[in-house]
Amino acid sequence: MIELTIDKKKVRVEKGTTILKAARQAGVEIPTLCHYELCDLGIENKPGGCRICVVEVEGRRNLAPSCITEAQDGMVIHTHSMRVLNARKTVLKLIISDHPFDCLVCAKSGHCELQNLAVQFGIRSQPYVGEQSKYRKDTSPSIIRDVDKCIMCRRCEMMCNEVQTVGALAAVNRGFMSVVAPAFEMNLVDSPCTYCGQCVSACPTGALTEKDHTNEIIRALSNPSKTVIVQTAPAVRAALGEEFGMPAGTLVTGKMVSALRELGFDYVFDTDFSADLTIMEEGTELLQRVKGYLEGDPNVRLPILTSCCPGWVNFFEHNYPDLLDVPSTAKSPQQMFGAIAKTYFADKIGVKRSDLIVVSVMPCLGKKYECQRDEFKVGGNPDVDYSISTRELAAFIKQANIDFLELPDGDFDDPLGESTGAAVIFGNTGGVIEAACRTAYELYTGKKLEKVDFNELRGLEGIRSATVNFNGVELNIGIAHGLGNARKLLDEVREGKSKFHAIEVMACPGGCIGGGGQPFNHGDSGVLEKRAAALYTADQRKAIRKSHENPSIIKLYEEFLGKPGSELAHKLLHTEYFPKSNEVTIHLQG
Amino acid sequence: MSQKITISPEAFEYMEKVIGTDGVEVRVNLPKEIIEQINEICDSFDNDPGELINVLHEAQNRFGYLPAEVQDVVAHNLHIPVAQVYGVVTFYSYFSMIPKGEHPISICVGTACYVRGAERVLEEFTKELGIKVGETTPDGRFSINCLRCVGACGLAPVVLVGDKVYGRVSPDGVKEIIAEYKKSDGGSC
Amino acid sequence: MSHYKMHLLVCAGTGCHSSESDLVYEMLHDEVERKGLSDDVQVIRTGCFGFCEKGPIVKVLPDNTFYTEVKPDDAREIIDEHVIKGRKVERLLYLDPETDEHVLDSKHMGFYKKQLRVALRNCGTIDPENIDESIARDAYMALGKVITEMTPQETIDLIKRSGLRGRGGAGFPTGLKWEITSKNQSDQKYVVCNADEGDPGAFMDRSILEGDPHSVLEAMAICGYCIGATEGLIYIRAEYPLAIRRLRIAISQAQSYGLLGENIFGSDFSFNIKLRYGAGAFVCGEETALIHSMEGRRGEPSNKPPFPAEKGYLGKPTCVNNVETFANIPVIVQKGAEWFASIGTEKSKGTKVFALAGKINNVGLIEVPMGITLREIIYEIGGGVKGGKKFKAVQTGGPSGGCLTEKHLDTPIDYESLMAAGSMMGSGGMIVLDEDDCMVSVAKFYLGFIVEESCGRCAPCRIGSKRLHETLNRITEGKGEQEDIEILKNLGTVMKDTALCGLGQTAPNPVLSTLDNFMEEYLEHVNEKKCRSGQCRDLLYYVISEEECTGCMACTRVCPTHAISGERRQPHVINQEVCIKCGACMEKCQFDAISLQKDYPREVQLTTNNELV
Ligand SMILES: Cc1cc2nc3c(=O)[nH]c(=O)nc-3n(C[C@H](O)[C@H](O)[C@H](O)COP(=O)(O)O)c2cc1C
Ligand code: SF4
Ligand code: SF4
Ligand code: SF4
Ligand code: SF4
Ligand code: SF4
Ligand code: SF4
Ligand code: SF4
Ligand code: SF4
Ligand code: FES
Ligand code: FES
Ligand code: FES
Repeated sequence: MIELTIDKKKVRVEKGTTILKAARQAGVEIPTLCHYELCDLGIENKPGGCRICVVEVEGRRNLAPSCITEAQDGMVIHTHSMRVLNARKTVLKLIISDHPFDCLVCAKSGHCELQNLAVQFGIRSQPYVGEQSKYRKDTSPSIIRDVDKCIMCRRCEMMCNEVQTVGALAAVNRGFMSVVAPAFEMNLVDSPCTYCGQCVSACPTGALTEKDHTNEIIRALSNPSKTVIVQTAPAVRAALGEEFGMPAGTLVTGKMVSALRELGFDYVFDTDFSADLTIMEEGTELLQRVKGYLEGDPNVRLPILTSCCPGWVNFFEHNYPDLLDVPSTAKSPQQMFGAIAKTYFADKIGVKRSDLIVVSVMPCLGKKYECQRDEFKVGGNPDVDYSISTRELAAFIKQANIDFLELPDGDFDDPLGESTGAAVIFGNTGGVIEAACRTAYELYTGKKLEKVDFNELRGLEGIRSATVNFNGVELNIGIAHGLGNARKLLDEVREGKSKFHAIEVMACPGGCIGGGGQPFNHGDSGVLEKRAAALYTADQRKAIRKSHENPSIIKLYEEFLGKPGSELAHKLLHTEYFPKSNEVTIHLQG
Repeated sequence: MSQKITISPEAFEYMEKVIGTDGVEVRVNLPKEIIEQINEICDSFDNDPGELINVLHEAQNRFGYLPAEVQDVVAHNLHIPVAQVYGVVTFYSYFSMIPKGEHPISICVGTACYVRGAERVLEEFTKELGIKVGETTPDGRFSINCLRCVGACGLAPVVLVGDKVYGRVSPDGVKEIIAEYKKSDGGSC
Repeated sequence: MSHYKMHLLVCAGTGCHSSESDLVYEMLHDEVERKGLSDDVQVIRTGCFGFCEKGPIVKVLPDNTFYTEVKPDDAREIIDEHVIKGRKVERLLYLDPETDEHVLDSKHMGFYKKQLRVALRNCGTIDPENIDESIARDAYMALGKVITEMTPQETIDLIKRSGLRGRGGAGFPTGLKWEITSKNQSDQKYVVCNADEGDPGAFMDRSILEGDPHSVLEAMAICGYCIGATEGLIYIRAEYPLAIRRLRIAISQAQSYGLLGENIFGSDFSFNIKLRYGAGAFVCGEETALIHSMEGRRGEPSNKPPFPAEKGYLGKPTCVNNVETFANIPVIVQKGAEWFASIGTEKSKGTKVFALAGKINNVGLIEVPMGITLREIIYEIGGGVKGGKKFKAVQTGGPSGGCLTEKHLDTPIDYESLMAAGSMMGSGGMIVLDEDDCMVSVAKFYLGFIVEESCGRCAPCRIGSKRLHETLNRITEGKGEQEDIEILKNLGTVMKDTALCGLGQTAPNPVLSTLDNFMEEYLEHVNEKKCRSGQCRDLLYYVISEEECTGCMACTRVCPTHAISGERRQPHVINQEVCIKCGACMEKCQFDAISLQKDYPREVQLTTNNELV
């Protein structure tokens, strides 16, 4: 332990603590900009680049960046001397001098860390006029890059390279011209980007934002000839409230349903329903493969990999084209929902496919890309028309003057609104495999599962493993969240060294609760933990907690699909994967 | 900012499939021989990502510049994202994605040359050739670059054409230097 | 070098090389062979003599005759006259600009009199491509002594006692750096030689590497022995092909002699050296950036601590030293710490190499004892300001340094005094400026360099240097305002305080030091829109000479803005407020009455008290 003085307060901290953390411990807040950390997930970005966090250390020649300077025993630190305040303000004005004044029309306005600092520092003038860096705007199916607004905090670069190991983005050029961009400053669509959206969730400014589809939805809602239905992903209900000032981890399922109804959706459904359906299909596939494997069938490949995360699907299509037969062929819940909605449900209500608009609300930016994939279209008409993120929904609700906090709790519509506790935990890392285990166990052993909670599968550690006993058969289960962790497991599979029978992968740290479309966590991993806890609570509150017991699912099979894995089920609920070579496609721009 | 992407010269207009050691398929617009040459260079540095800069030096020595496709194959061999290779290429001024002219002109704008009038000399070259620093004339004959001190400060201002050093260059002498090369080219064809 | 009666040393440094010294060498060599003198006369290509201004240089030993500006055609005369007949070729001898007399040998040249060559001891005397010559001059003796007779700690203590400080710029005590690195435990450590030398207009390190590569290799091995490293890396600019070639040759020769490699001098100490190439980034001279660059990444610096001595190349303890620092080591070991410490000032020991350039008579490379004054360097060694112009300032320390003026001429040169005077030792660039140089433009030049070389990692430098440069540009274009001066001061101070690495922290120095010393020039640019040196082209004015003008009115007719007024046959005047400087009038005037001037006749405003404002 060492002792130091910060703004006349004595504080004792562990050796190796940064001044920033020591100050927080002493109750002194120091502003930061480039620094970003999700401690419990081992994610950190400390380029020491913005210099907003500088403090005065007695005896030191220049100011010290508190986010990367280790506290030393006996240090005397001033965090708001005139020298410090002037330096911070000058640096902030410099940053602003190379930034467009777009706040009124910026997607990030209100959530922007740069804007917040300008407010906090009381910036009223901008004396440093000069050239501003100008770049081309880049729009992909999921993400818009408007890097005129980039402040070179390098958070996205760290996310994409270190956490996700995708390497779509890197710092390019030098000095004033430097920016974070894909190779050859080409478009994101031509890069190996997976659309996981983690760069967007870390970006402090409006340089990286989601591609907004709210306007298309408004147009559809105001078209009387269209029936517009909406599905909401499990993780949305655990985070949406944050956008309305509610504490992280507040479950707002009922209010969310009411809000959607007020917005004019004809039916408000739940992706949880199709999550249960996913378990039926994926669980069946798992059992078949495991059985075949145990019986010594040489054609069976294990482990089986979950396939409900589009970021993850893109990742293995790009990086593991040799392993395309390993993942489950089950579509993601979003796409299963769309497929059922535009067949079974459309028939039920007697609406033509072309007149039914399916909207999804997702914690995810990858889903925007996923619903546009060609294999999920019938005659050019997509199973899911538009996907918006949790943040877009919140903005939509605000736009419509709906007083979210005062809304009564509503209930999902039938029949695609009924779900089990197994489905709602899909939003957490480990949730899919836990749900699958609950069903697979009972289907395999024919016995009732006594302990529904598989605590051994939960947690935030990047890679987890557990052995589940299926009546004497030991099933090795692996879980990874964050693509970098997934890569490690996949490399083992490629080398034939994997000990797992089944692996769950979620592209985003924490799973969908930490998705790229969720309210910004601003570097607080506690937010993720609270969201995760909320989903486990939701599960516990459910009367039915196993997918195969969902009455609407049972009915769907009876009325329509037949059995899990049936021919129709295969046609509607399964898919295939395509190799995406990391080809440098050079599109010359004018 | 407009994109700076080099169009491959004709020689590179091939499609070649390469299966990397990681089983990933990459397609590049390079003829097989060139890919083999790049592989050879990468192999000579054990495909060690830490040797990226040395690999790029070698590749640039070989091809004269570093078009996107070359960077892609290098990235592939060293197992690093091509975005990172591009990040490195654009960081160092020595690396270029634009082919240099037949007669690359480098003007020293180090301090010693600057105080003895290098700026005016540079201006004269850009005016005479009608290109900016870092560009190549449309006929590919000349390109202009700036250097910082070639260690011949005694001869300031200094200009290099290829490897040949011209000392004490005055703005008036610029035409003459260019003429020397224009003539020599004219004679040969 | 023993059995020859005479040696002809031909400079093969970059400066002389560029003026065909290779041919001179070949012609001399051929001539010696043709005349059958090969047994008595040896022709050697050496590193830089320092006197590059008058290259190519040929020096004759043993009489120290110093021939300048030797052309290949002169070879025959040198052999016939000097070598055979013993008569010096007068016209090639150095001409003393003051006495206008030919100087017979180098010992009597002002340029060399005050110099003390320690780091450059072998530059210009040996053939750097032949290890035998280095060995004849005691190369690797120090290494042998250290390995066989001394412990690492004893060696470190010796270096500490010598008082040697880093010559790369910051002046950190070298022995102490070695000691810290040696104490950090690790399975692997590295010695790195910083040969990036990015300072524009400086070429000290390159000359050492080109002229005496073995001194650096030897020192690196000594360092390796002291800190417990078996691998050394030299990070050298790719723009130095000659130095690279000579290093490669030197390394392979040393390896074949067993002076590098496994079990050196039969001990269990092994040491290997590899080259790593820079690729054109000044910031890679900064040690953390250099390390990242050696790892194949963008050369962006990172925060210190951790220092390289703790966590350097590949995360291992790494000792980074400058070329010149290393070049001093073998002599210190051989001649002793006390000998070295006897040279220089109290806190700065030994000598320093400077690249003397700019508006000075003797441009070249010099090595002087610390504590010498700027006046001695400029007037005695440098031979004074070129063309008899008036001395204005000397810029030291390159882009990190500052400008010193007349009043600093008697400052003794050492790390502390230069710092106190608002400049820096830096790596050793020394640029002399005369009355024709505009100090605002000089500051702008350096800032332009910084804008190009900033790595972009931190905001104060990435954007701040750009804004500084833009502000200086406004001032030189005559668009400056009073508040721009405040902007320069505040931005400069904040950059020093907040930038991440040395580049950004020192980048404002050229501005701040010129603001300090030449405020009146800034104010002139801003308030009077005037540049006294005439360098700022936007501050030149078309002026009609009263004497020459015939009042023909030709100019009035071409002036697009009707800026010219005057009666027929009367001298005309140009209204500078209206003139757009198109130059049409000057072209038109047949009487050469219009010229570009640094200033124009201004109306003198009188106040009511008849006092000048
Ligand atoms: C921007 C910048 C450029 C530098 N360039 C060089 C250089 O070209 N050569 C050098 O030896 N040191 C350079 N340095 C200093 C090095 O960081 C380092 O201090 C030095 O190599 C240590 O060696 P020394 O202790 O022997 O001086 C530079 C520092 C900065 C901040
Ligand atoms: S990024 Fe932030 S500061 Fe910039 S325009 Fe958008 S809201 Fe404003
Ligand atoms: S805050 Fe000021 S600038 Fe912004 S919208 Fe309101 S009045 Fe306009
Ligand atoms: S979306 Fe994911 S993969 Fe794509 S650039 Fe962002 S972090 Fe990288
Ligand atoms: S795009 Fe956003 S996250 Fe990435 S460096 Fe720029 S500001 Fe930071
Ligand atoms: S983890 Fe969830 S939010 Fe993230 S990409 Fe996958 S599906 Fe989308
Ligand atoms: S001070 Fe300049 S060179 Fe140094 S890290 Fe910052 S931006 Fe890069
Ligand atoms: S320079 Fe042009 S504008 Fe000025 S006085 Fe002459 S003709 Fe008129
Ligand atoms: S053209 Fe020349 S001489 Fe005639 S009025 Fe103008 S300045 Fe005078
Ligand atoms: S927050 Fe510390 S430097 Fe950016
Ligand atoms: S500054 Fe031009 S050669 Fe040194
Ligand atoms: S290069 Fe010949 S004297 Fe310097």
